[in-house]
Amino acid sequence: MNALSKDMSGPLALFANRLNTLAGPERQAAAGALARTGLPDRKSEAWHYTALRALGKQDYAAPPAQVDDGAVRALLDEVLRAHPAMAGLPRVVFVNGRHAPAFSALPDDVDLAFFAQAPRFGLQAAPDRDPLVALNTALAEDGLYLRVPAGVDGGHVMLVSLGVAGAEPVSFHPRHTVVVEKEAHLRLICVQAGQGAYFHNPVTDIVVEDGARLEHVTVQTEAAQAISLGTLYAHVGHQSVYDSFVLGLGGQLARHEVHARLGATRGVVHVNGAQRLAGQQVGDITSVITHAASDCTSRQTVRNVLDGHARGVFQGKVLVERVAQKTDGYQMNQALLLSADAEIDAKPELEIYADDVRCSHGATVGALDDEQLFYLRSRGIPEHEARQILIDAFLDETIALVTDATAQTFCRAVLAARFAGKGDVA
Amino acid sequence: MAGHDRAKWAKVAYPPIDYQDAHYYAAPRKKPGPKSLDEVDPELLRTYEKLGIPLHEQALLAGVEVPEGERMPVAVDAVFDSVSVATTFRKTLEEAGVIFCPISEAVKEHPDLVRKYLGTVVPAGDNFFSALNSAVFTDGSFVYVPKGVRCPMELSTYFRINAKNTGQFERTLIVVEEGASVSYLEGCTAPMRDENQLHAAVVELVAMDDASIKYSTVQNWYPGDENGRGGIYNFVTKRGACRGARSKISWTQVETGSAITWKYPSCILQGEGSVGEFYSVAVTNNHQQADTGTKMIHLGRNTRSTIIAKTISAGRSDSTYRGLVRVQPKASGARNFTQCDSLLIGDQCGAHTVPYIESRNMNARIEHEATTSKISEDQLFYCRQRGLSEEDAVGLIVNGFCRDVLKELPMEFAVEAQKLLQISLEGSVG
Repeated sequence: MNALSKDMSGPLALFANRLNTLAGPERQAAAGALARTGLPDRKSEAWHYTALRALGKQDYAAPPAQVDDGAVRALLDEVLRAHPAMAGLPRVVFVNGRHAPAFSALPDDVDLAFFAQAPRFGLQAAPDRDPLVALNTALAEDGLYLRVPAGVDGGHVMLVSLGVAGAEPVSFHPRHTVVVEKEAHLRLICVQAGQGAYFHNPVTDIVVEDGARLEHVTVQTEAAQAISLGTLYAHVGHQSVYDSFVLGLGGQLARHEVHARLGATRGVVHVNGAQRLAGQQVGDITSVITHAASDCTSRQTVRNVLDGHARGVFQGKVLVERVAQKTDGYQMNQALLLSADAEIDAKPELEIYADDVRCSHGATVGALDDEQLFYLRSRGIPEHEARQILIDAFLDETIALVTDATAQTFCRAVLAARFAGKGDVA
Repeated sequence: MAGHDRAKWAKVAYPPIDYQDAHYYAAPRKKPGPKSLDEVDPELLRTYEKLGIPLHEQALLAGVEVPEGERMPVAVDAVFDSVSVATTFRKTLEEAGVIFCPISEAVKEHPDLVRKYLGTVVPAGDNFFSALNSAVFTDGSFVYVPKGVRCPMELSTYFRINAKNTGQFERTLIVVEEGASVSYLEGCTAPMRDENQLHAAVVELVAMDDASIKYSTVQNWYPGDENGRGGIYNFVTKRGACRGARSKISWTQVETGSAITWKYPSCILQGEGSVGEFYSVAVTNNHQQADTGTKMIHLGRNTRSTIIAKTISAGRSDSTYRGLVRVQPKASGARNFTQCDSLLIGDQCGAHTVPYIESRNMNARIEHEATTSKISEDQLFYCRQRGLSEEDAVGLIVNGFCRDVLKELPMEFAVEAQKLLQISLEGSVG
């Protein structure tokens, strides 16, 4: 495999040592695809607004076998402390991309397996089209396989991904699969957190079978130096619901990329999200919702609050295929800029090949409304509090879209803990 | 050279162009010059007539004076195959101080002006097609409106490709000085040709303090036959610079022709309080492909822009609105409103909307909305019930759908545009 190394230029070189020692046809094929394409740069339309320069110049090593249990415990406690109900929920904890049984409390009603024992790459991910998925495919070590049997209510499951790194950057590439079988139901809460400089590159393959329902909330509070680039594929069956929400708060560079495919009639997809960023953070929510069958519904509301020098990116594509008549699609992206140096780049996109559809999107960008501020201040509320109220209200309208009450309260608690009294900026 | 011309982001597909095989200059077969204009191919005049172009200019071309008190005269600079054949009303314009002439002439007679402004809005290296144009352009129009002058008439140019295998590479430069204004109409027609022809024009507009430019286009190049054979490739770079405070540039376009349209008339809003507008109707039928929209680059304070884009797809065509709104850090108080509506006629076509919204100023406000729908059965039924044929009903509904844009066109142009819409959608229903 050494022949590959000479093709690995740019950011890909940071992984060259590991990519040159791979076994297995999937991994080698993925490494080959990577060598051909390299990691995406801004010339690639899908990465026009997000550069991978942040990956830096240092090689990314595989995480060490041993990690400091104390650090893991502290991180996990912080996650669970946010809301009293969280400690009681079944959870699967991954540390640096590897399952950590000592910290997990496995659920009963669902089937679990781990990628480390039985690798499953799923059918939806396309390493030849998406270089980050190829990188994951090549380097994945572990991941969760979770199956909710037909007709079963799987209740809540937490998937906690913790990154624990020192000064030397490490990267981990977990590969998760979630299958909600016919008429089954699952509430999945994914939490990402960590410390140090690491690169988290998860790929999640989700199948929601006919009549099933998956409520999926991701709370991303990665470490300040972390880079988190997650790709998620969801296949939505007949009359099934995939209802997702992402709260993006952490990382120096974070991208949450969702590919949801409505593959059978009368499916419903929600890809909602909120980001609140400050400092030099870059946060990117990218989604492609494909209507590949008739009578399906998709909804998307994404809001960004950007402070400091932060940059928010929203790319949302709704693709309606020829067969997908009677599609109902709606997309809304809004951004609030709190500082003179913040930036938002938004690209909502409709690509429509069927004529009997109702699709619309909207986007707005602006600052806090002076009149609203004045209204609050005229009632005796100090400026920083008034700002906080308006920012909270702006984000809360997206959190209100989370249907799972526990997850909703958790999102609010995380946001409040992180931004209490941070209204007095700019 | 092959491959460099591909804009990877555009939703258009076409076989590679052999640039070595293209003809870069073709003079009309008949000798140019006002005296021989009546000898112009009657086929050509018939094309104008059929389209209902308000061509009392036809009479002008034949040398007949318009009687006093008739309609507002329109000055025409007709470009046939790269060489400007005749320019009318030169004298009236000269009295007002307005220069309106072929750019080939402007290069000789007003070299200082051309040198000062040419290539300052669209540099030669801006993109592949602007480079091609800059290298090979032979003619086009030049307009200069001096300080404080309101151009006494609407200026108009007809471009037409009528020789086989020729590309057309015109270059238009319009400079409007402080407090001056001009309304410029550009109409395009092309007769039927089998091979694809390349049209790579560059249009540059410059508006100084309080100046205003209204640039209207009705584009009806040959779109290819119903099987997608032939037709024009329309790869055009149009850009206006609002250099002065409170200047205004308004683009209005009705795009019905071309096999492939690739065009983004843009405004660089530099001057404080300057205004950019873009009104567009793009209609595609059969196998046409259109990827068109605008760019509004807000640089100055309190700059404003409005984008209204109506896209209609029928047959097996694909139509994309692609527009950029960028607010730079110094553009405090900038304001943008964008509305994109798409109408699909039939289930074999595609309509796409790709806005790019980039804001780096917290005091800017940007609003964007887009919808996609089909012609409602109710509206169709209502019209049919009152005795309209299905085709007329669709025409009526489409005209209503486009009204926001059509009303921005000068009167004669609006009439022509409505007819064009109807002609373009022929055979798309029933």
